[in-house]
Amino acid sequence: MTLEFFIGHINYWLFIVLMMTGFYIVVSAGNLVKKVVGLNIFQVAVFMLYISIGKVTGGTAPIFPTDRMGKIKADPEIVYSNPLPHVLILTAIVVGIATTSLALALIVRIREAYNTIEEDDILEIDARTARAENIIHGEAMGGRA
Amino acid sequence: MATASETPHIALTLRDHLPILQVLIPLCTAPLIVLLGDRRVAWGLAFLAALLSLVVSFLLMMQVMDGSFISYHLGGWAPPIGIEYRIDAANAFVLLLISLTATLVLPFALRSVADEIPARSHTLFYACFTLVLTGLLGVVATGDAFNVFVFLEISSLATYVLVSQGLYRDKRALSAAYDYLIMGTIGATFFVIGIGFLYMTTGTLNMADMAERLAGQGSNRTVQAAFAFIVVGMGLKVAIYPLHLWLPAAYNYAPSAVTVFLAATSTKAAVYVLLRFMFSVFQPEFVFDTNLLLWILAPFALLAMFAASLIAVFQTNFKRMLAYSSIAQIGYMLLGISLFSVTGLSATMVHLFNHGITKAALFMAVGALVLRSGTTFYDRIEGMGRVMPLTGAAVVLGGLSLIGVPGTAGFISKWVLVQAAFEADLWWIALLIVASSLLAVIYMWRVVEILYLHTPHPEAIHKEAPLSMVIPMWIAAGACVWFGIDTSLTMGAANTAATGLMGGTDGMALTPTVGGLLGNGQ
Repeated sequence: MTLEFFIGHINYWLFIVLMMTGFYIVVSAGNLVKKVVGLNIFQVAVFMLYISIGKVTGGTAPIFPTDRMGKIKADPEIVYSNPLPHVLILTAIVVGIATTSLALALIVRIREAYNTIEEDDILEIDARTARAENIIHGEAMGGRA
Repeated sequence: MATASETPHIALTLRDHLPILQVLIPLCTAPLIVLLGDRRVAWGLAFLAALLSLVVSFLLMMQVMDGSFISYHLGGWAPPIGIEYRIDAANAFVLLLISLTATLVLPFALRSVADEIPARSHTLFYACFTLVLTGLLGVVATGDAFNVFVFLEISSLATYVLVSQGLYRDKRALSAAYDYLIMGTIGATFFVIGIGFLYMTTGTLNMADMAERLAGQGSNRTVQAAFAFIVVGMGLKVAIYPLHLWLPAAYNYAPSAVTVFLAATSTKAAVYVLLRFMFSVFQPEFVFDTNLLLWILAPFALLAMFAASLIAVFQTNFKRMLAYSSIAQIGYMLLGISLFSVTGLSATMVHLFNHGITKAALFMAVGALVLRSGTTFYDRIEGMGRVMPLTGAAVVLGGLSLIGVPGTAGFISKWVLVQAAFEADLWWIALLIVASSLLAVIYMWRVVEILYLHTPHPEAIHKEAPLSMVIPMWIAAGACVWFGIDTSLTMGAANTAATGLMGGTDGMALTPTVGGLLGNGQ
């Protein structure tokens, strides 16, 4: 792997590092809010991937000049960047915001119901409830759950 | 292929606009429900939207039964530049399943939701329900890869809300919804990375165009990475065995009506997307280069069939047991895919439909039991089959179909699956299918025994469920028997769909073969 190869693909390296950072936070963080932060980083990494692939070497902003009548007068000599990935990512950002706000709303409700937003505590409370249920309902069935 | 500028937009009749109406009707209903803000009206509108969707999907199904397809150009922009909605036998079949389930679930939901969710949340509940319906129909109807992602997220986000509505009965619904949100978002993001890679190599988002260009350039590292990301991402939504962890809690703690709808449709729509990408966008030859799927998917499918069934056997809660059984049944669908033949895919498609109606009937029975017993723990629903004869009988019928007893829908799909296994000379897989069905006998018999061979629990209300719940339940249970005897609709559609899918690129040709091309005439 030469240095040129590395630098030529710099956007992909950054994407991979950012994506894995976000993914790692989602998996490892114990705090529910931190998980959402990780999820955001993970999604932003994908946005960066999309945006960077829209770049065409030497390309300018994809805005066609118009004449006075509003007719498009595109100059075939000019190289334009690809606007489509950017548009796609606008949609994905909206989806990301919706996901984040829904996750935060859920966390608020979880805090109200469990009085904690630490995953370990929630798992423990859930496990305790499940054990209690198993004792009540399992023994009535003459066996373990 | 003429471009949009050359051909005038000639979709004049309502019939020409059916593909978009399929998605548009529930999509417009959702905000309408919120704006009107009345919960009686909310239910009525949601039901109307579901009913109209059912009519639309039935009309679409009739048009594409012969193996042709409809290509609808959104706004008159021709693909590959414009967004295309493409209806063929494979997705018309899934559209029918989704809208049929929605139409059945809503009358059922009226009483069930009133019992499980406080009245102030009803309006938003039905708005979210129509959004889930919109998303699922959109995912299946569209022929544009990025559109799939957008609709997938519409349905998923609304689903998380619906699952969390179980919190009034059990606060664990909240943590279940949160886990589902995290895993679902990771899955969707993986999926969108995969689409990004495909866009990099092909420069298009139209699935048919993508397929054509991929066929032209062959396989490379980017295409393979895209395939991996899409399969894993969708695998999370499908709940392929090791990626299933969100499913039991989400199904168990969600309100009964939501569980019915999710179990019957949401994983099925994801299976459809998986099929569409595996077989239509990536060519079968590329995917099965090294028998990849047989050696990767089949072990997971078999593991799901046995491990999840075994877990189901040891449950003490009817609803949770059915959730694990769903994971096992998804194993059968994956097995059909991994056998890689027209018969195998037919088995997947037909099981998708049959399992949908079977689980709809069973989860509706669960909802009825919750209404009368307050819970579905085995010790609390003891003997309820005696005081709720119709619900009990629906459980028996659904259970028979789940096991795959001849004369029920479940038998048809397992029969085709066993046939596919023999066709592939894998007789031991056929044996394993039968063996795992025996596990289903154990867990279903346990429920039947509890429902009938005990005296009813004193704390439960000893009364049959209201007709608004029993009728949808029995339509679903009756469908289990009907489609076990008359298989012309299901097997016909599944065969046409499987042949189209196995056709690879041919099945996704840019120009319609027969009929079709309604959105924009040529």
